[in-house]
Amino acid sequence: MFKTIKYEVHDRVAWLTLYRSDKLNAFTEEMHSEMLTALKDVERNENVRCLVITGEGRAFSSGEDLDGVTEGLDHGHVIRKRYTPVLIQLAKIDKPVIAAINGIAAGSGFSLALACDFRLMHEQAKLVQAFIHVGLIPDSGNLYYLPKLIGHAKALELAVLGEKVTAEEAKEIGLVTKVIDGENWMEGVSSFAERLANMPTRAIGLIKQQLQASWDMPLELFLEKEAYGQRMAGLTSDHQEGVHAFMEKRSPDFAGK
Amino acid sequence: MENESRSIETRVEGQVGFITLNRPKVLNAINRQMLSSIVREMEEFDRDDNVKVIVLHGNGRAFAAGADIDEMMNDDSIDLELLNQFVEWDRLAWVKKPIIGAVQGFALGGGFELALCCDILLASEDAEFGFPEVDLGVMPGAGGTVRLTKLVGRATAMRWLLTGERFTAKEALDSGVVSKLVPSDLLLEETEKFASIIANKPSLSIRFIKESVHKAEDTSIYEAMQFERKNFSLLFSSEDQKEGMNAFKEKRKPHFKGQ
Repeated sequence: MFKTIKYEVHDRVAWLTLYRSDKLNAFTEEMHSEMLTALKDVERNENVRCLVITGEGRAFSSGEDLDGVTEGLDHGHVIRKRYTPVLIQLAKIDKPVIAAINGIAAGSGFSLALACDFRLMHEQAKLVQAFIHVGLIPDSGNLYYLPKLIGHAKALELAVLGEKVTAEEAKEIGLVTKVIDGENWMEGVSSFAERLANMPTRAIGLIKQQLQASWDMPLELFLEKEAYGQRMAGLTSDHQEGVHAFMEKRSPDFAGK
Repeated sequence: MENESRSIETRVEGQVGFITLNRPKVLNAINRQMLSSIVREMEEFDRDDNVKVIVLHGNGRAFAAGADIDEMMNDDSIDLELLNQFVEWDRLAWVKKPIIGAVQGFALGGGFELALCCDILLASEDAEFGFPEVDLGVMPGAGGTVRLTKLVGRATAMRWLLTGERFTAKEALDSGVVSKLVPSDLLLEETEKFASIIANKPSLSIRFIKESVHKAEDTSIYEAMQFERKNFSLLFSSEDQKEGMNAFKEKRKPHFKGQ
C-alpha cells in the first residue's frame, strides 16, 4: 500500500518507518501524503496504543529532498501543503509517540523528531539544524518545539550555529530520553514502546494535552481544563483497574480505555 | 410515522427536556420531516410544566451536517415559494423556554442554522462550523445570513459565508457564536449541568429575560427599553419575586415555584 514508508502494527505498537534509504529518507510530497494516511490510522485504530517513528537504513531522515528544491519554489506553499498537515495530524494523536533516531536527523528530519513525545537516540546518530547552512529558518514546527524542550537560549544556539549534536550532547541538554548503543538498539526501542503501549493510554493522552495547554493558557483556564481532564480520566476503566490492582496488591492490566 | 419518530428522540430528565437529532448515519442531515418533528417537540416541551429548559443535541459524530440535498435539488423557485418550508423554522423563535444547543462534531449549513436558533450554544472542543451553501450554488435560507451577522458582525459573517470555509470551535468561541467549549466526552454531561442551573432559576424571570434579550437584538434601543421595563414590572406580580426578595432580606436561600 505504501511506497515511501513502511507502516505496521504489532502488539499494540504502530511502526512508521521512513523508507527511502537510498535518499537518506528525505521527504517528498508522496512520502508526506503516505505519512498522513498512516498517522490518521494511528489516531483512529483502537489496537494502536503507541507509535514509533524511525528510519530505514543509516539515516532517520535528512529532511526535505533537495531534488525538489528548484529555483522559484514557493517554500511557504511547500510548508502549508505538505509539512503542516503532517504536524497537525501528529499533534492530534492522543497516544505516546516515540522518535527512534536510528541515524542522522537533519533539517525537517530533526523537526519531525522534535514533534514526537519521546526521543530515543542511537549512540552513533546525530542531529543537525541544517537550515541555516542554506540560508533558511528551521521549519516544520522545529522552533515551536525546540525551545519548549531545551529552553530559548539553547534552541537559538542550535538553530543559528547549526552544529551537529551528538547523542551524548543531546542527552546532556535533555533533548533525548535515552541513548541506546548499537547492539541493543532494536531491543531497546521495542521494549520502551511496549512499556508505553501497556500503560493507561487515555491518561497519557490527557497528560499530553494538559502539558501542551500549559504553554498557552492562563492559570484559571488551565485549572478548568485540568478538572475536565481528571473527570475524563476518572471515567476510564484503566483508572478502576489501577485502583483495584493497588488494593489487591497486584500489577494492573491496563486496556487503554 | 415510524421513520419520523426515529429521526429525533426526546426525553425529560430533571426539569430538562432533551431533543436528540437521531440520524447519525447521515450525520443528522436535516430533512423537512425531521424539522417538523423538532418544531413540534419544542412546542410540546414549551407547554409542558415539567420542563423548564430545552436541550438540543445530535447523536453520533455531528450535531447536524447540513440539510438533505436530495430532497430539494429538483425543486424550482415556485415549488419552494408554495412549499413555504421556512415558516416552520420561524416557530422555533416563538418558543418561550430557553433552548440550549450542544454542538459536537459538525454544525454545517442547515445544521448550523438550527444551532443558531438556540438561545445559547455549548460546543465540543473539536466542533466545526460552516456555511458551505455557496459551493452548491445556493445560500443559507433558514436564517443563516441573518442570525450569523447579528451574532458576529458583518466582517466575520461575510468571510465565512462568502468562502464557505469551515471554522473551528475555538474561532466560534472567540467570535461569540458559542458560549463555552467542553471536551467532547463531557459535552452532554456539562450541558446537563448547565441546563439544570437555569432550570432551577425562577422560570418567569428566565422567560422574560429570554424574551427581552431577543427583543433587544431585533429592535431599536428605545423600544427594547420599553419592552424590558414592562417585563420588569410584570415580574412583580409573581410569587417568585416576593420569595426571592424576602429570602434576600432574611439571608436565606429562596424556594422558587416558577409562579
